[in-house]
Amino acid sequence: MMEGFQEQLWVLLLGSLLGLELIGKVPPTLHTPLMSGANAISGITMLAALTLITRAGESPLLLSLGSVSLGFALFNVVGGFLVTDRMLTMFRSGRKRSGGGQ
Amino acid sequence: MSSAELFQGGLDLLAVALLALGIKGLSKIRSARAANQLAATAMAMAVAGLLISAQPTGVTWVWIAGGAAVGGGLGALTARLVPMTAMPETVALFNGCGGLSSLLVALGVILAATRRDGVTPNLLVLISIGFSIVVGAVTCTGSVVAMGKLQGWLSTPGWMMSRWRHGFNIVLATVVLLAAVLTVVGSSDSLWPLVLSASLLGIGLTLPVGGADMPVVISLLNSYSGVAAAAAGFVVGQRLLIVAGAMVGAAGLILTQVMCAGMNRSLTSVLFGGALGLPSTDGKGSGEYTNITSCSAEECALTLEGAERVVVVPGYGLAVAQAQHTLREVARLLENHGVTVTYAIHPVAGRMPGHMNVLLAEADVPYEHLKEMDIINPEFPGTDVVLVLGANDVVNPQAKTDPDSPLYGMPVLNVQAARTVFVVKRGMSAGYSGIKNDLFECDNTSMLFGDAKQVLSTILGELKALGLGQ
Repeated sequence: MMEGFQEQLWVLLLGSLLGLELIGKVPPTLHTPLMSGANAISGITMLAALTLITRAGESPLLLSLGSVSLGFALFNVVGGFLVTDRMLTMFRSGRKRSGGGQ
Repeated sequence: MSSAELFQGGLDLLAVALLALGIKGLSKIRSARAANQLAATAMAMAVAGLLISAQPTGVTWVWIAGGAAVGGGLGALTARLVPMTAMPETVALFNGCGGLSSLLVALGVILAATRRDGVTPNLLVLISIGFSIVVGAVTCTGSVVAMGKLQGWLSTPGWMMSRWRHGFNIVLATVVLLAAVLTVVGSSDSLWPLVLSASLLGIGLTLPVGGADMPVVISLLNSYSGVAAAAAGFVVGQRLLIVAGAMVGAAGLILTQVMCAGMNRSLTSVLFGGALGLPSTDGKGSGEYTNITSCSAEECALTLEGAERVVVVPGYGLAVAQAQHTLREVARLLENHGVTVTYAIHPVAGRMPGHMNVLLAEADVPYEHLKEMDIINPEFPGTDVVLVLGANDVVNPQAKTDPDSPLYGMPVLNVQAARTVFVVKRGMSAGYSGIKNDLFECDNTSMLFGDAKQVLSTILGELKALGLGQ
């Protein structure tokens, strides 16, 4: 168990360092979409919720807890990605129209 | 290791790579939309991998499909229906649900172990569970409070603004810590007190934060929800969650820092109250306005018509009034008349960085016309007319001139360097900082009082009366 935990700590460390590097210089235009997109990714807890359901066996308490948790996570994921896409579509259409007008 | 598990491992690795590329791509306009879709695909792959490897049975499928359909459906509906002006609140809401999900998973795992199997999970798992519960609960209630405050559903009670709140929060934090330690050493009775106290702590920490600082808090809570996901990853032993959560947590911190720098605020002063947290009743820079010039929309329209270069400074007032489309029409008339119209975007204008960009994009303003502060500031001396629409603190010259001002040092837009400045504002009330704005008393500043949309419609009418757009 300790070995697995150590490995997980390595994963945590490297993931954090990667996250710090990924967002270097972001134009302010993209701050809101970036926040919203990153927020959607944090809904990855849906995997944990799925695991909870698959390991719940017959227990109705665990099944419903997992199901509700999955619902909230998917609300975050689906809503987050779609709303980000909606914002980004606007930037694109703005560019097209200005290009066509010139 | 079965072949299904190997397959899942491979999919997970690919998903991590795609998620990282997705976050990176989201930071460039050209690639942002594809990057967002890439990240979504990566998440779908991870789910597929898990389902293939775990092979749920009949009844389990029903629970999975039920939760997924309700949550995903409501999410899609919310994403489609929510107005663009309410974007910060929406992100806060989604974020809170992510935190709640982590909290529920941790609860489920500990209940499964203690109630059903009658075993106590090992110490490391218990620590992860405690951590996940605390971060998840704080993220959840904090986000809901942030949403409520931005929507105007919640106001801060007086005692929450006073020093007492620190005592309240310290007591709560102590209770959280105690309950967490008790949970970790194996007392299942302390589980619910832990959930309750951590939830209250999220409220106690977020409720006193002023409206102007809310974007920073949402960004920070976004980072927390990443941490909560990583903690949930430790709880169920899934590396993918740990990587993705850690990436979001770290990236969220960077974004929070960027926002704090833009407002010249430290994270500590945002969270624990500082100059801008309280209305300045005794502070310098407050006081009555003595030398205000107001003017009519007709005068403003005439000046705009005769200008060569116009710069628009949008602020939260524009978003509240939903005036972006009217603004775009005014700009179109002026542009067709040969006037150059650009938009000066302060990094923290609105309630979220990029808030104004999204708002203007919605009204089809080409984003090349939006200029960042560093680029537009040297251009103000050559500008004929500046139109300030519902912005206040971000154009306050005190930030440059008055070392005693709480705003001192905050980068601002140098609008007073332009020939004429029009400020459209609902009334003489102070900005979110509660600080007097010296700009309003400048000789070249004229005030137009009223709702931004109404004022702009009147200006539009006046411009048409002048023969523009015909």
